[in-house]
Amino acid sequence: MIQVEWFYWLMGLFFVGVGVLVARDASNPKRGTSGLFWILLGLCFPYSSFVVAKTAPPWILGVAIVVIAVLAGTGQLAKSGSATASTDDGDVEGADLDRDASGRGPVGPSPARGRTGGASVATAPVLAQREASAERYGNKLFIPVLAIPVITALCAIAGPYVVIGGTPLLQKGSETVIGLSAAGIIAIVIAMVLFKLRTPALALTQGRRLTEDLGWALVLPQLLSVLGLVFATAGVGNAIGSTVSAVLPKGSLLPAVILYCVGMAVFTVIMGNAFAAFPVLTAAIGYPVLVAAMGGNPPAVFAIGMLSGYCGTLCTPMAANFNIVPVALLELKSNYAVIRQQLPTAVPLLVANIVIMYVVAF
Amino acid sequence: MLVLLGILVVVVGFALRLNPMLVVTVAGLVTGFLGGMNLLEVLDAFGTGFAGSRSVSIFLLVLPVIGLVEHFGLQQQARRLVSRLARLSAGGILAGYLLVRQVTAAIGLMSIGGHAQTVRPLVAPMTEAAAQRKYGALPDHVVQRLRAFAASTDNVGAFFGEDIFVAVGAVLLITSFVDTTYGYTLAPLQVALWAIPTAVVALLIHGTRSLLVDRSLNREMSRIGTVAEVAR
Repeated sequence: MIQVEWFYWLMGLFFVGVGVLVARDASNPKRGTSGLFWILLGLCFPYSSFVVAKTAPPWILGVAIVVIAVLAGTGQLAKSGSATASTDDGDVEGADLDRDASGRGPVGPSPARGRTGGASVATAPVLAQREASAERYGNKLFIPVLAIPVITALCAIAGPYVVIGGTPLLQKGSETVIGLSAAGIIAIVIAMVLFKLRTPALALTQGRRLTEDLGWALVLPQLLSVLGLVFATAGVGNAIGSTVSAVLPKGSLLPAVILYCVGMAVFTVIMGNAFAAFPVLTAAIGYPVLVAAMGGNPPAVFAIGMLSGYCGTLCTPMAANFNIVPVALLELKSNYAVIRQQLPTAVPLLVANIVIMYVVAF
Repeated sequence: MLVLLGILVVVVGFALRLNPMLVVTVAGLVTGFLGGMNLLEVLDAFGTGFAGSRSVSIFLLVLPVIGLVEHFGLQQQARRLVSRLARLSAGGILAGYLLVRQVTAAIGLMSIGGHAQTVRPLVAPMTEAAAQRKYGALPDHVVQRLRAFAASTDNVGAFFGEDIFVAVGAVLLITSFVDTTYGYTLAPLQVALWAIPTAVVALLIHGTRSLLVDRSLNREMSRIGTVAEVAR
C-alpha cells in the first residue's frame, strides 16, 4: 500500500538537499542560517510521521518550528544570489533578496524587482534559448504539465477502487495528496523522456530555484494551522461568546446573522485561515445563537458561515498560500496586488452570503 | 478574556508590518500562555499542529517539473499558442479559466489548478499574450494587474467550487467539528449542497468582472494611446 508519509519524507529530503546546497553556496549572503532554515524544515517532515503515530514527543517539533519561524522572522533567510545563474538563467534570483533579508515580510515595502515578466528582463541569451526550445518542442511542452492534473484526478477518483490483495493500493483518505505527489514525480520522468535527459538533476536545480523564490512564504500556511489549533485549545471561542451574548439584543435574527458572517470574514482576515476562524466563531455565535436559540438549519448555517470566511480569505495577506505565494510566483511588485483584484468580488459576495443565510436557513 | 490578547498580537503585528512568521509564532505563544497552558503544552500544540497540516505544503512536489518545463520554454510556448488563437480575448481567457477551475473543484479535482500548477505556467502568460496581441507592448502596471487578476480567478474558482465537493477539507472540518462538539450527525452531502447558492453568485460576480477586464483594457490602452497593430 502506498502511504502518504512516503511523500512527506521525500519532501523532507528535498528540503534537506536544498539546505545543504544553500549552506555551501558562496553566493548566498546568509548561507549558514539559510541552510539551517531549510535543513531544519526538511527534518520536521519525517519527524512529524512519528508525532502523528504518537511515537515521538511533539514538543521537539514545536521547538524546531519556533526556531524556523525566528530564523525567517529575523531576516536570517536569504536567497542564493547566483543559485542557478551558473547553470543557465539568472532570471528571478535576487529579486526577492532584499524583501526577505529585510525581515519585513510580505507586507513590507518591496524594492523594485529585477524582472517584470517572463519575457521582459531575463537575460537575452536565456530568452532566445527558451524561445528556440519552445519552437522545437511546441505543444509537447504541455504534456508533462497536463499530466499532473490527469494523474491527480485519476488517483483521486479511481484510487479508492484499486485494491490489491485486500488492501487499497493508495492510503485511504489521502488519495488526492498521494496522487498530486505521484503526479509531480511521474511528470518529471515524462519530461526527462521528452527532453532526452539522463538524470533529474536539472529538475532538482529548477525546483530549488522555485523553492528559494517562495522562501518562508512556503511555511506560513502550516504555521497558521498551528495558530488555529492553539486558539481553539486556549479557549478563544468561549471568550468571544461571552462578549457577544452581552452585546447582542435577544431574539433579533438579522443582526445575529450579520455578526456571524461578518465575524467569520473578519476573523479570517486576521488569522488568514477560515478553518481556524470557524471553530472560534461557531462556538461563539453560530451554534449558541443561530442554531440553538434561533432554530437555524445547522448544515446551511455552518456551510454558509464557512463560505463567509472564504470572502475574508480573499482579502487578507495572512492567507499566504493564496494571496502572497502568487505574488512571488508571478513576480508582482505589490504584495497586495492579488488582494486588490479580489476585493470587488469579496465584498458583494459577503453581502450575498448574509442574504442567502437569512433566507434559506431560517 | 485575556486569551483575546493573542488576537490583538496578530492585528498589531500585521499593522506594524512585522514579519508574519514572527507575529504568528508570538501570537501562538501568548495565547497559549494566557489560556493557562504551560510551555510544554504550547510546544506540543505547535508540533501536533504542524504534523497534522503537512498536506498544505504538498504542492511543493510539483515545482521541480514546472521549473524544468519552464526551462525548456513552457511560458514562451503558452504565449506562442495563444497568439495563434485569435478569437480569445484576455477577459475571455480569465472567465473561461474561472469556470473550469470552479467546475473541476466542485467535482473534487482541487489540485489540478493552483498558482504553481496552472496560473504561473499557463493562465497568466496566456492572458498577457492575448492582451499583447491586441494592444502591442503593455505598460508594466497593466501586466501586473492582468497577472494579479489571473491569480484571483484561481482563488475565487477554487474557494467557491471546492465546498460543493463532499470529501474536501472544509466540509469535513464542519461535520467533524459540530458532530464532536454538539453531538450532531451531519452528512457531508447536506453541508455541501448548501454551498451551491454561494458558488453560483461567486461565478456570476467574478465571471462578469473577468469579462469586463477587456473593456477596462480597451479604455486604458486607448487613453495611453498605444493601440497599435503589432505585426509579429
